[in-house]
Amino acid sequence: MKLELRGITKRFGSLVANDHIDLTVEPGEIHCLLGENGAGKSTLMNVLYGLYQADEGEILLNDEVQHFSGPGDAMNAGIGMVHQHFMLIPVFTVAENVMLGHEQTKFGGLLNLDDARAKVREISARFGFDVDPDALVEDLPVGVQQRVEIIKALSRDASVLVFDEPTAVLTPQETDELMAIMRQLKQSGTSIVFITHKLREVREVADRITVIRLGKVVGEASPTDTNEELASLMVGRAVDLMIDKGPAKPGEVALRVEGLSVIDHRNQLVVNNVSFDVREGEVLAIAGVQGNGQTELTEAIVGLQPKVTGSISLGGRSLRGLSVRQTLDAGVGFVPEDRKIDGLVAEMTIAENLMLDRSEGEPFVKAGTLQLKFRSEFAEEKVREFDIRAQGIDTHVGRLSGGNQQKVVLARELSRELRLLVAAQPTRGLDVGSIEFVHTRIVEARDAGVPVIVVSTELDEVVALADRIAVMYRGGIVGIVPGDTPREVLGLMMAGEHPDTAGEAA
Amino acid sequence: MSVATGSVTPSSAPIELEKAVVRNWKPPIGLGIFALIGILLFVVFARPGATSFRFSTDGDQIQIPIWVVDAGAVYIVVTILLIAIAAVSAFLAYRARRTPIWLIAVFAALFMFGFLTWAAAGASLPVQIASLLVGAVSLSVPLVFGALGGVISERVGVVNVAIEGQLLAGAFVSALVASATGMQFLGLLAAMVAGVLVSFVLAAFSIKYFVDQVIVGVVLNVLVVGLTSFLFSTLLAPNAALLNSPPRFDRIEIPLLSQIPIIGPVFFRQTIIVYLVYIAVFVVWFALFKTRWGLRLRSVGEHPQAADTVGINVARTRFWNVSLAGAIAGLGGAYYTLGSVGAFNKEMTAGAGFIALAAVIFGRWDPIRATLAALLFGFALNLQYALSVIGSPVPSEFMLMVPYLVTIFAVAGLVGYVRGPAAAGKPYVKS
Repeated sequence: MKLELRGITKRFGSLVANDHIDLTVEPGEIHCLLGENGAGKSTLMNVLYGLYQADEGEILLNDEVQHFSGPGDAMNAGIGMVHQHFMLIPVFTVAENVMLGHEQTKFGGLLNLDDARAKVREISARFGFDVDPDALVEDLPVGVQQRVEIIKALSRDASVLVFDEPTAVLTPQETDELMAIMRQLKQSGTSIVFITHKLREVREVADRITVIRLGKVVGEASPTDTNEELASLMVGRAVDLMIDKGPAKPGEVALRVEGLSVIDHRNQLVVNNVSFDVREGEVLAIAGVQGNGQTELTEAIVGLQPKVTGSISLGGRSLRGLSVRQTLDAGVGFVPEDRKIDGLVAEMTIAENLMLDRSEGEPFVKAGTLQLKFRSEFAEEKVREFDIRAQGIDTHVGRLSGGNQQKVVLARELSRELRLLVAAQPTRGLDVGSIEFVHTRIVEARDAGVPVIVVSTELDEVVALADRIAVMYRGGIVGIVPGDTPREVLGLMMAGEHPDTAGEAA
Repeated sequence: MSVATGSVTPSSAPIELEKAVVRNWKPPIGLGIFALIGILLFVVFARPGATSFRFSTDGDQIQIPIWVVDAGAVYIVVTILLIAIAAVSAFLAYRARRTPIWLIAVFAALFMFGFLTWAAAGASLPVQIASLLVGAVSLSVPLVFGALGGVISERVGVVNVAIEGQLLAGAFVSALVASATGMQFLGLLAAMVAGVLVSFVLAAFSIKYFVDQVIVGVVLNVLVVGLTSFLFSTLLAPNAALLNSPPRFDRIEIPLLSQIPIIGPVFFRQTIIVYLVYIAVFVVWFALFKTRWGLRLRSVGEHPQAADTVGINVARTRFWNVSLAGAIAGLGGAYYTLGSVGAFNKEMTAGAGFIALAAVIFGRWDPIRATLAALLFGFALNLQYALSVIGSPVPSEFMLMVPYLVTIFAVAGLVGYVRGPAAAGKPYVKS
């Protein structure tokens, strides 16, 4: 089916998320929508899928104007979507998820689950998926959950399939398999819109590329263009994709973790007997697909996990069992995974957020009273130093862009005397400019002799920052390898292969 | 690069993390405390004499003879068994295994047997087991209806704190309508309408205006208490003969089934409302887990956005199912006026709505388990009446606390961490 978007405009208050966007997707082509986080790609696709109503413009399928008042209409017209955050009910089975919304029933309103199971098996067989229709979705690995999303879309005879940042949660190998599935879909005549900000993927699979920046189409590109050309089109200026990073000068072992295990509220070992150490002046990157225990590991180090066994020591002093306050006082800086939930208080100002971890005493608080003058001076200085773009230090943090929010977190954590920096997903959802800034700051901290742990699910980030790489899989560390380990080996390790055998396989 | 080697193909094998060895000492501690209470009652403050238990009622064709036991012998056997079960539970906890639920049930039954023996030792009247259970079923009827309303409402994503208000509104309106018209079934219908009206307010504020659901629920409860009390004193009390003397439903004996000893009088010699409970529990269970309606309802309560993206109207689904929940809870309210008491009284539900809410959680949002929980609470409620008939040594004021204590112990001690519908209590704001 041919899909055409004409002059789509979508405003949120004064913000123009989509500004007269035109896009044509021919039948049986893979059309990439390339743009930075916040460029308006997802908004556009939500308009196409009927989740948002466009303020202006029209959607055409096979040259007929469509009026979608909700996702139901879009689906009936043959548009399917694989969402970035899967739209699956975790406590339902695969078959129930696939049938939801267009259920077949038998006598007495009884759900016809056999029918749904057969459908799942039929589509699975067609694409070589191994999906059990009766498995609970929450028990499945993310890669398989994504296939359930694809099956769900195909079970409604979708002829235009939108993939919204589908590779964010996949291992590199799973990504390759997804690419193969997309090609297979294309051959069967499905049109595909592939939304991403990862240049490597675009060049591999796209037939045509449309680049979006700040809500506008800024041009078309060809898959044969270089990474630098695509990146500069996407960002609007020339970008240096590699950060300048000299060789590490590792010193003494600072952080030593031995036999660390974390038990979650379901009594599962989410971190299982993990041991590693980090030296002064080196970056240890912890790679792995989301949800393999990295979050809990960093939280255990900072003292946020209740059930921890094993030992954590920093400079010979045990951190285990300390309160978060004591851990921070021991010189640990922590950039949490989700800045909006754990990193900042959105309803408080920049100045207030910058002093959040120092409300204990001088110089910010004297005799129980906030020292407002000192706080303002401190905040002004940090805003300048970290290039936080805001109207002033009294702006609410919730109103800043993701990049500026992350700068506030970094400014707070780096302005203490640090003996360890733990940064979890430090650049998630940031634009290229902010990513450069954050990476530079992390490398600066390393060069100042601070031991650094960076947790990242993005292989690009891991490769850019790491001096050594620890790969986590199902709560354990698969192996610790040098920073220049080939991506293919890292990818296999992220799927649980031991580094020695992974090296041979790649 | 080509597709990677087969070894890393994601399969549908669930991710299985190792289970940590965690010892849960809660069950043995709980059982141990009750075993100690047992020792205290049965050994330290033992009441000598004989206790008689009567299992049949007057209307039974098959009469089971009255069973007389020697209290002293019962104390010894029960105390030893209680200590033994607590010890087994401690052993299981040490081996990091769970105490099975049937063992806890056996423990509870033994404790109950010992307690009744103790309370009635030397009394002239026998312990009426059948009527104890009949009363328990009767008292749990509004709890079951309320819990069913709670299950539906929470499963669709709206926390229903207003069950109390729905029960009370149902009780009031059914008394009024049934008295005025002289027709009980019209009263039932009116009770459902009253419950729906209370639900409409809850639904409108929580779904359309995103007001905090718990706050709306609490305010509604207070509002209904105020409104019915006011109307009772100004309208119902002065015209009691005309407006507050509804015809009550008669007990209907189900042929054959009602003649089974114990079970017959308890379950099959009841009013039509009790039989409606049986149907309602089954229908709600079947509809919730086996039909399209239930699948959609649960999807909206678990992940409204996912439901939205497959074309399900979240707001409409929530609105009508919360209304349905109100209708069911309202029906429960009618039982007070048309089934048991026979007239409306100020605040006559006395917190039953909150116990129903506890039954929802204790029953883990499952209609059948919630019903069992409601039956347990109903039993605890009836125990105080039964004991005061026997003339037990425990002050009746103390026994008034028992149902609520059972509720707290059940929800806090036995349930612990449970996962309810993921989106319950969260408004769905569509951008």
